[in-house]
Amino acid sequence: MAQLTLDDLRRVLIACAGENDDVDLSGDILDVPFEELGYDSLALMESAAAIEREAGISVSDDAVSDAGTPRALLDLINGAVRAA
Amino acid sequence: MSTPTRTVVTGIGVVAPGGLGREEYWKALLTGRNGITGITRFDASRYPSRLAGQIQDFEAKEHLPSRLLPQTDVSTRYALAAADRALADAGLGPGSPLADYDVGVVTSTAQGGFDFTHREFHKLWSKGPEFVSVYESFAWFYAVNTGQISIRNGLRGPSAALVTEQAGGLDAIGHARRTVRAGTRAVLTGGVDSALDPWGFASQLAGGLVSTSTDPERAYLPFDADARGHVPGEGGAILVTEDADSARERGAERVYGEIAGYAATFDPAPGSDRPSGLRRAAELALADAGLAPGDIDVVLADGAGRPDADRVEAEALRAVFGPRGVPVTAPKALTGRLAAGGGAADVATALLALRDQVIPHTAHTGSVPEEYGLDLVVGQPREAALRSALVLARGRHGFNSAVVVTAADTHN
Repeated sequence: MAQLTLDDLRRVLIACAGENDDVDLSGDILDVPFEELGYDSLALMESAAAIEREAGISVSDDAVSDAGTPRALLDLINGAVRAA
Repeated sequence: MSTPTRTVVTGIGVVAPGGLGREEYWKALLTGRNGITGITRFDASRYPSRLAGQIQDFEAKEHLPSRLLPQTDVSTRYALAAADRALADAGLGPGSPLADYDVGVVTSTAQGGFDFTHREFHKLWSKGPEFVSVYESFAWFYAVNTGQISIRNGLRGPSAALVTEQAGGLDAIGHARRTVRAGTRAVLTGGVDSALDPWGFASQLAGGLVSTSTDPERAYLPFDADARGHVPGEGGAILVTEDADSARERGAERVYGEIAGYAATFDPAPGSDRPSGLRRAAELALADAGLAPGDIDVVLADGAGRPDADRVEAEALRAVFGPRGVPVTAPKALTGRLAAGGGAADVATALLALRDQVIPHTAHTGSVPEEYGLDLVVGQPREAALRSALVLARGRHGFNSAVVVTAADTHN
């Protein structure tokens, strides 16, 4: 499975958890905290579950909750993809 | 001793079959527009009952931000939309002078998130547990409407959820009044339900009280000699209840009326020779309001639509008001029974009746048994001088609740 990109993550977040009307996800959001993007831990778990199913990988819910930014979440997931 | 805080209604949000929004709903009741149709939400052709009061014109994404769509059952979407309308109506929308701990949320749902859960169960059995949405953790839950309304509007006052089947809408309003009296300036309250998915509808039918008639005009006939059960509906109402002094201080645009009395009782066990608690609920609510039976100008009945239950309610009304002692109506004949939404919608109806001095009729009911001794408003709405109304609701397995509402200027 290929590495997950920021665009992939955007697509999954919007599909799984929607998007806040007052947040622009299209810019450089790699290091913007998920909280500022309007995503709580449940939104991240829901999105991560979809990615895990698609990629056939597994990451812990705690690790997903602790990933504070898109960069951290991508690192977590892509680490699991490389290990798979 | 100081007089107790008066609790008034300053905002109404209705989401019901036949009418989305307060005035649409009210117009539907007065013109007899039937919200009961054949079920279109799923293929009900193999179900023994195939009618429901469905909300037809609700496009969720027009009412809610996309963040809320993946995490909400249809019933919660209705509750959020009704709450938005109630807050806007009360002048407590965005930029509200009341915020945070000033406003609580007390709602009731009898059924929770059936439709959402049905879909997740389907994923569970057909694909596996990893496909089940994390939002199932709360989307099904009885307290979810209270929670989502609180979060969406930043309302952190004392909040609660009550579950007493069809009586729940009135119990929530009663508890909201209690909360206002304890010092919270305003409480968003009411009830909303929906369970018209394949599983939710099957669950409603399992109760054995649903009409099997396929005629939308004849399936649900409260107090009619041909009553044969009810038709389930969806939706309900959310109200802004508010400390009357606080409402005056902030210059609330309108006061629909006062929640002047409330009581709840519980029936004796099946087989007992003691009577139903409905009469006592009505009498206690009147006493709570400081009113006598002669002060009540109209009763919005529970209107179960089954001969045994209709007879019990008729007996209670005769006992309190005397034979044909008060006009009685069950406008829910046009929406079906909305579970926890029913009592809340009836309180909204009562307040609008007080406002416009007209009693909406019990559509479709034609022939009321003489021995009921009821002055049931049938055929068409009836104009009347209305200053106070009694609203009754009964929940399955013994819940009886009563709310008295009075016109805004009754106490001056």
